[in-house]
Amino acid sequence: MALHKVLGIETEYGIVVRGVGESNPVSASSLLINAYVGELERERLAGPKVGWDFEDEQPGNDARGASGPSSPPDVETHLVNAVLTNGARYYVDHAHPEISTPECADARAVVVFDRAAEEIVRASIVAANRLLPDGQELVVHKNNSDGKGNSYGCHENYLMARSTPFGRIVTHATAHFVSRQIFTGSGKVGVEAAGLSASEVPYQLTQRADFFEAEVGLETTLKRPIINTRDEPHADAQKYRRLHVITGDANCSETATFLKVGTTAFVLSLVEDEALPKTFQFRSAVAAMRQVSYDLSLAAPLELVDGTTITALELQWELLDRSKKWADERGLDTVGGDVGAQVLAEWESVLTSLERDPMDLADRLDWVAKYRLLEGYRERHGIGWEDQRLAALALQYHDMRPERSLADRVGLRRITDDDEVRHAMTNPPTDTRAYFRGTCLQRWASQVVAANWDSIVFDIGQSSLRRVPMMEPMRGTRSHVGTVLDESADPAELLARLNG
Amino acid sequence: MPEREQKRKSAPARETDEVVEAPGTSETGEKLKADIDDLLDEIDEVLETNAEDFVRSYVQKGGE
Repeated sequence: MALHKVLGIETEYGIVVRGVGESNPVSASSLLINAYVGELERERLAGPKVGWDFEDEQPGNDARGASGPSSPPDVETHLVNAVLTNGARYYVDHAHPEISTPECADARAVVVFDRAAEEIVRASIVAANRLLPDGQELVVHKNNSDGKGNSYGCHENYLMARSTPFGRIVTHATAHFVSRQIFTGSGKVGVEAAGLSASEVPYQLTQRADFFEAEVGLETTLKRPIINTRDEPHADAQKYRRLHVITGDANCSETATFLKVGTTAFVLSLVEDEALPKTFQFRSAVAAMRQVSYDLSLAAPLELVDGTTITALELQWELLDRSKKWADERGLDTVGGDVGAQVLAEWESVLTSLERDPMDLADRLDWVAKYRLLEGYRERHGIGWEDQRLAALALQYHDMRPERSLADRVGLRRITDDDEVRHAMTNPPTDTRAYFRGTCLQRWASQVVAANWDSIVFDIGQSSLRRVPMMEPMRGTRSHVGTVLDESADPAELLARLNG
Repeated sequence: MPEREQKRKSAPARETDEVVEAPGTSETGEKLKADIDDLLDEIDEVLETNAEDFVRSYVQKGGE
């Protein structure tokens, strides 16, 4: 029986300081995040005066505790790592600001918290710019490539059963990751893979396909694999694994994010339940990844090891049909109930339109919306794809500044509404363990010294700190601990009741 | 694999839908095109100052 697909995404944003010669991305990222956290503290809206607890990531490291971002937001260079009251993590990763959504129980919640992350970034930009000298400003993009061969990721995470053989996940997930690009792509002008030029690939579906060089592996920064084998469940390792997916683009379209995580939750549930009788093994998954991304006609025949071929669209129809059958037999509980039904309906609708005329999806998919914009500009000015003005428009599609964002202006359909997004900036989901983490931070930030995905550490004034493990992602929900949290006056009482 | 079913492009049901839905779709297409035309009319006001220089000098470090 498939496990409930607890899921989330981590997005690294592009960042530059405008108005200086060459900006340092690490200090720019720190400034961005510290400015936001500092502002929250001053407004006492929340108390993310909390360090990330690295204990489960690098054994031997002490909890960072009071070394968190408690000082006033100055131009700091220490790597900030904050836990927010919505259960998210906001930190500097390499040379990028990154936000991980809290653990979500369905695909729609992921869209809400991904949008909330965007709003957090926007608020951070405003706060940070106040601290910069006149003539300088932070510019942040939700994209995955600088167009010059450097890429950064938007990773997805899915809770899976440890008992499912990894080889089976590899086969089916690869088929999905290669073919889902037809709706997950954010669109890119030109090509960054070695040996190809923009005259051969003037525009492609995805930002990321150029950067995958291996089928399976542990790396994420070099020789990137289609299936990443990082085994860090952040949960009970006997029962669970966390599939860490690195192939996806960061999407501005809510529909694209919804389908990206929603369809993947289905496919992985079907893998667990052995409900995918056919296997589609590419002769070269790396080549197939690029072939799909480079083919705007969506008709490229992908070679399979058995000598036959299949298109990405055909593969997606097969996965959808199997998912519908599986849902009829097993129900939708593990994929979000009604939300799971919405995923199936949207999936079918999008595949139908892709088959008929992809341009009808200019209000739903990023690669189509961006293509239509660039194509319109090209026609109007009679210019070729290599013109720098198109590259400029394509970059600005992803710009986080509301007054500059082009994604905000191309008529993309919304799934969320502004009120729920604003609420999600500071409030956790109620139906995963993120509820416990976020609520403790909302109420008792001064006594929370550190937190991470699977534990939270309190200082209740005793000689030793007290760690509360959270090894079950679907426990610690409002229905599970809401009453105990509400009835406890302070963490000491909470701990006594949890232990009692 | 014991059996290998004939691969098909789409199920009959979907082909029927296509015919029924076609008019609505082109309306959507027209509206979207009009939206883009409006945006293109005002694009110079939205575009980053020195957008071409900006994109030329836009360099990020690899991440993840």
